[in-house]
Amino acid sequence: MLREIRPAILMIVVMTVITGLVYPLGMTGIAQLVFPRQANGSLIEKDGKVVGSELIGQNFTSDKYFHGRPSATTEPDPKDPSKTIAVPYAADNSAASNLAPTAQPLVDRVKADAATLQKENPSAPVPVDLVTTSASGLDPDITPAGALFQVPRVAKARGLPEDRVRQLVEENIDGRFLGIIGEPRVNVLKLNLALDALAKG
Amino acid sequence: MTLNGWIQIALFGAIVIALTRPFGGYMTRVFTGERTFLSPILRPVERAVYWCCGVDEKQEQHWLTYAVAMLFFSLAGFATLYALQRLQGYLPFNPQGQTAVEQSLAFNTAVSFITNTNWQAYGGETTMSYLVQMAGLAVHNFLSAATGIAMAIALVRGFARREAKTIGNFWVDLTRTTLYVLLPLSIVVGLFFVWQGMPENLGAYVDASTLEGAKQTIAQGPVASQEVIKMMGTNGGGFFNANSAHPYENPNALTDLVQMILIFSIGAGLTNVLGRMVKDERQGWAIFAAMGVLFLVGTATVYWAESQPNPAFAALHVDSANSALQAGGNMEGKEVRFGIAQSALFATVTTDASCGAVNGMFDSFMPLGGMVPLINIQLGEVIFGGVGSGLYGILAFAIVAMFVAGLMVGRTPEYLGKKLESREVKMTILALLSLPLSILGWSALATVVPAGLAGIANTGPHGFTEILYAYTSGTGNNGSAFAGLSANTLFYNMTIAGAMLMGRFIFVIPLLAVAGSLAQKKLLAPSAGTFPTQSPLFVGLLVGVILIFGGLTYFPAVSLGPVVEQVAMNHGMLYAGP
Repeated sequence: MLREIRPAILMIVVMTVITGLVYPLGMTGIAQLVFPRQANGSLIEKDGKVVGSELIGQNFTSDKYFHGRPSATTEPDPKDPSKTIAVPYAADNSAASNLAPTAQPLVDRVKADAATLQKENPSAPVPVDLVTTSASGLDPDITPAGALFQVPRVAKARGLPEDRVRQLVEENIDGRFLGIIGEPRVNVLKLNLALDALAKG
Repeated sequence: MTLNGWIQIALFGAIVIALTRPFGGYMTRVFTGERTFLSPILRPVERAVYWCCGVDEKQEQHWLTYAVAMLFFSLAGFATLYALQRLQGYLPFNPQGQTAVEQSLAFNTAVSFITNTNWQAYGGETTMSYLVQMAGLAVHNFLSAATGIAMAIALVRGFARREAKTIGNFWVDLTRTTLYVLLPLSIVVGLFFVWQGMPENLGAYVDASTLEGAKQTIAQGPVASQEVIKMMGTNGGGFFNANSAHPYENPNALTDLVQMILIFSIGAGLTNVLGRMVKDERQGWAIFAAMGVLFLVGTATVYWAESQPNPAFAALHVDSANSALQAGGNMEGKEVRFGIAQSALFATVTTDASCGAVNGMFDSFMPLGGMVPLINIQLGEVIFGGVGSGLYGILAFAIVAMFVAGLMVGRTPEYLGKKLESREVKMTILALLSLPLSILGWSALATVVPAGLAGIANTGPHGFTEILYAYTSGTGNNGSAFAGLSANTLFYNMTIAGAMLMGRFIFVIPLLAVAGSLAQKKLLAPSAGTFPTQSPLFVGLLVGVILIFGGLTYFPAVSLGPVVEQVAMNHGMLYAGP
C-alpha cells in the first residue's frame, strides 16, 4: 500500500499543472481575446477615466443622484487596523450584515432609514429594498419601485419635471430574461449616467 | 409566492430532468473506460498523466488499497495547499501583495478544500493571491470533486460486480473524471460566464473615481474559471467573500440559473450512472424520485418563508408586499436581481447538494427559511447531493431502508441483487452515525466554552443556530454558513476542521468497505420475494427512512434554534446585539 505514496504526490503535481495553471491561464488568454470588456470587469469609462463597473454598486449620497441600497461593507479603521469602520460599497471587501430577522440592531437601522426616506417622499410607503442591505454589499440594482420612489427628490434637486425623470427610470428598467428568469431591476450607476447625460443634453 | 416564481422553479426542475439521462450515459462511458467523443483529444493526455505518475491503468485495487490511495492523495493535497497559502507572499501572481495566511486559518482552509467542503473563514479578495486561487483552491475544486465521484463509482461497482476482489483503480477514476467530465464542461461554461460578465484577468484591483468624486477600489481576478468548477464540483468556495451573491461571481439571473443547474447536474446524472451500471435504469430513477420529493418540500418551505415580510417592519412604513415593481418579502441579505424565488431556490439547491455557495445570506433568512438549509445538510446531503457523496450517501440510506424492510418480513434483505448481511449493515450504520456524532458533539462543546460563545453575532436562539449550522456545514462538507459567526479564531478553525475531516473520511471509508464486501458476493436473480426497489413503495420507504433518521437525531437541536426563533418572531420578540 505504501506504493500509493508516489502516485499520490506526482498526481497532485501533474493535476496542479493541468487544472491550476494551464486551465486558468488558458481561459484568461481566451477570455481576454474574445470578451475583453467583461473579462476586465465590465468597467465604465467617462472622459477617459474609470467611473466604476456596471456590475458593482456604488455609494451615492447626493440628492441629485439615485441612491443604491444600504450596504454593510467595511474597511479596516485607518487609526486602528484591528477594528473596522463602515464603508458602504467597498468593492475590495464584499460583505453582508448577517443580522437575524429578530435582531434589534436590524429593526433599529430599518426604522432610522425608513424615517429619513419618508421625509423625501411622504406620499408612499418605503420599498423594502431601499432599507435592507444586500447579500454582497455591492448590489448594483434597485427595484423599479425603489427607483420610482426616489423620483420626487431627484427631480427637485435637479430642477427637472418629475414626469421626465420618471420616464427616464422607466426607460432604464431591465426586465426578466426571456420574460421569465430573474426580477425586474434598475441599474443605479447606468441610471445616474443617463441622468447626467439628460441634464447636459 | 408568485406564479412567475413557481415557473422559474419548474423550469429549473425540467432542465435538470432533461440533462440526467444524456449526462448519465456519457459519465457511464467515462467510468467504464469506453471511448467518448472527446477521446481523440483527451486519451493522449490521459496516457501522459499515467506515465508521469507511474500508474498502471489496467491494475485494479482491493477496496483497502483504493481507500489508502485516496487518503494519501488527500494528504498530499493538504500539504501543498497549506504550503501555498503560507508562502504566497514569495510567489508570483500576487498583484495585491497578499501576505502569508495565518497558521490556523491556513490549516482550516486546506482541510476545507481537500474535503470538498470549502468552508471559508476568510474573505477571498482580502486574503488570497491569484496563485493560491488558481493553483491551490481551484485545483482542489477539481480534485476533491473527482475524489468524491470516484468513491461513488467504487460503491456502484460493488453492487454491479459479481464475485470480484477489486473495485477499480482510484488513480484512473480520478484522472478520467477530471479530464473527461470536469475539465471540458468547465471550459465551455466558464467562457459562457465570462461572456455574461464574470471577470477573468490577472490584473491589480481597479481604482474607480465615482460620479460624486469618491474613490472605489474594485477587486479583480481569474473569477470565471474558478466559478464554474466551484458549482459543478459542488465545492462552493467563493472567489470573493460574498460568494455567488457578488455581482462578479454571479452577474445576472441567467448565470444564477446556470449555476444552480451545474450544482445538480453531476449528482442527478450519477443516479442514472447507477441505473446503467446495475443494468436497470429504473433503479436510478427511483433514487432520483426520492431525491426529487425531498427537494420539492424544501424549496416550497424556503420560498414560502422568504416571501413573508419581516413582521417587525410592519409598523415602520415599509412596503414589503409583492408587486409588478418589486419582489417584496424578506430582502435583508438578498440581491435585487435574484429576488425571492431564485434566492430561495438557490438556498435549497446548494444545501441539498453539498455545494455551499450562496446567493443570499442565510443568517438573515427567516427562521424557518434558514432551517431548511440546516436540515438539508443534516439529512446527509443526499438530495442529489455532493458530486459522488450524494450518491454514496443515499445508497447508505437505501441499505438501511432495505434492512428495515427485511426486518419487517423476516427475510435477509437484498438491494440491487446483492444480499445485505451483518457486515454491510454494521458498516453503513457506522458511517451514518459519524455525522450526528460530529455535528451534535462539536456544537455542544462550542455552546459551553467561552471561545465558542465569543463567535456568535446574533443573540438568543439565532446565536445557537449559527453555531449548530457551522458544525453541520463542516461535517456535511457543505461550506455554507450563518456567516455572522466569527469563525476565524483558533477555536473555530481547529474544531470545524475536525468536523470536516470526520464528515468526509469517517463517512466514506466504511462505505468503501461495504463496496469491497458487496463486490465479492454473487448476484441474485430477482424472485417473487424480492422487494421491488424501482417501485413507488421503495421511494416512499427511502424518503421515510431519511426523514425519520434525520428527524429523530436532530429534532431537539433544531427546536432550540430556528423553531424557537420563529415562535419568538411571531410574538414580536427582538434580541439585542451581542
